Amino acid sequence: MSAHSVASRAGSAEAVGPPPARPDALTGSPLSRFFAGTAAMAQAELRKLRHDHLDIFTRSAQPLLWLFVFGTALQHNHALTAGTLDYRAYLAPGVMAQAALFIAIFFGLAVIWERDVGQLQRLLATPIPRSAIVVGKAAGAGVRALAQATLLLIVLAITQIDVRWRPIEIVGALAMLVLGTASFACLSMLIAAGVRTRERFMGIGQLVMMPLFFASSALYPLSIMPGWLHVVARVNPLTYEVQGLRQMMLGVGGGGELWLDWLVVVGFFVAMAAAATRAYPRAIL
Amino acid sequence: MSAVTVEDLEVRFGEVRAVDGISFTVGDGEVYGLLGPNGAGKTSTLRVLTTLLPADAGAARVAGFDVARDGLQVRARIGYVPQALSADGALTAQENLEFYARVTGVPRGQRRERIAQAVEAMDLGAMLGRLARTLSGGMLRRLEIGSALLNRPRVLFLDEPTVGLDPSARALVWERLHALRADAGTTIVVTTHLMEEAERHCERLAIMDRGRIVASGDPADLRARHDAASLENVFMKVTGRPLDEDQGRIRDVRSQRRVARRLG
Repeated sequence: MSAHSVASRAGSAEAVGPPPARPDALTGSPLSRFFAGTAAMAQAELRKLRHDHLDIFTRSAQPLLWLFVFGTALQHNHALTAGTLDYRAYLAPGVMAQAALFIAIFFGLAVIWERDVGQLQRLLATPIPRSAIVVGKAAGAGVRALAQATLLLIVLAITQIDVRWRPIEIVGALAMLVLGTASFACLSMLIAAGVRTRERFMGIGQLVMMPLFFASSALYPLSIMPGWLHVVARVNPLTYEVQGLRQMMLGVGGGGELWLDWLVVVGFFVAMAAAATRAYPRAIL
Repeated sequence: MSAVTVEDLEVRFGEVRAVDGISFTVGDGEVYGLLGPNGAGKTSTLRVLTTLLPADAGAARVAGFDVARDGLQVRARIGYVPQALSADGALTAQENLEFYARVTGVPRGQRRERIAQAVEAMDLGAMLGRLARTLSGGMLRRLEIGSALLNRPRVLFLDEPTVGLDPSARALVWERLHALRADAGTTIVVTTHLMEEAERHCERLAIMDRGRIVASGDPADLRARHDAASLENVFMKVTGRPLDEDQGRIRDVRSQRRVARRLG
């Protein structure tokens, strides 16, 4: 059977039409292409979440265990909260950020998988800006964290743990959580760009995540830390994210100002997104 | 004007010359094949042409644009289907099409129509609501090619599009590609290590081995020039050894086997 004969048997491609003189992808401004691309990536991540919504419930088990087992065990230890709060309330913003950190740090695994199955190559051969791929994917991690945090807030409300239920501040806390998660997702993509196998990434992911978590104010205040750990926690962006969440959810910060927490979280996001955008195409080499 | 022009292209990975000074042109509306065993340099060449890999030397133009300097212009005018199965398994076929319509910049008002056209062209109607991970290999390939057509590319690059497919799925994919070429005038550049497939479906081809083009022309002419019964014999005559499918870089072989396994 020759090429010519098969062509004559199938005629249904007729409707596809010839290429346009000016490609569709180049009609808007670079900024509009960035936003359109980011929205497309984020929508795809949302759709994946919708197809696998049980994932959020299974991932929520871990923060609930921290809150109701670890938190309950230390509930009456007022040294951790300077005697002002139920430790479970103090812990809630920390485990919320920690659970989101888990989602974010292992997001790079998806990059390695997508490279192995060719999705990444395909995406990088489209006109979508590289920055939109990274920010869109990071937004996907943020949305997953948002769904998980919403579930956690519902549990906090049901169990009457003492959160300050001010709508604007709760929305602010969720926004900071999304931004913080997106930042760590960018960090994860940055690591994934330089790692060849999923197994190695798992090891590096643990190596990054555990110090970030324990050397932060997620579980205990900075004031009880020894000097060297205090310094490490002060340069850890998770500390500022948790302090911001705590300030907005409980009215208790960690000695810092809320504007500084926002500044660090936003600055960390911009730096990580820029670095990941630069490194991301190298993941396929 | 040529759809693709390659001049003295070189790609090196450390000491290894994956592509070693090759030159060729592909005419508008042509089905052009890059043929050779694993590790011959076909995929590296395709990656340069799709702007995924920088060349170490030489030049390449696609749709009139330099791949190194005008990457965005090139990417806006091409469709690309890599060898590995690249559809997103966690999305339905319809969602995959909508996603690629958005990332290739198809205007909102035209998306529905373009998707309907791609569905018709690649016969995807029965699978639209299914998650891509539940589709057969042949269906997945048609979905990927369909989604690569949404921006009406001037050049469609396909890396081993039929690897791992059974003969009937393979025939259907080619049938649709020829119909596309005939009706939309799309230029198709395809890599394959299957000599019989290249002979049957490509108007012109380049046989690659160890990064170099060792023979090129239309299949019948190549056979006549080398007094060979098949392209496999042409390969043997120009390289002095039989075609061994399992040679080449271990990553290429592993990748090909992984695709074949996923296709069952």
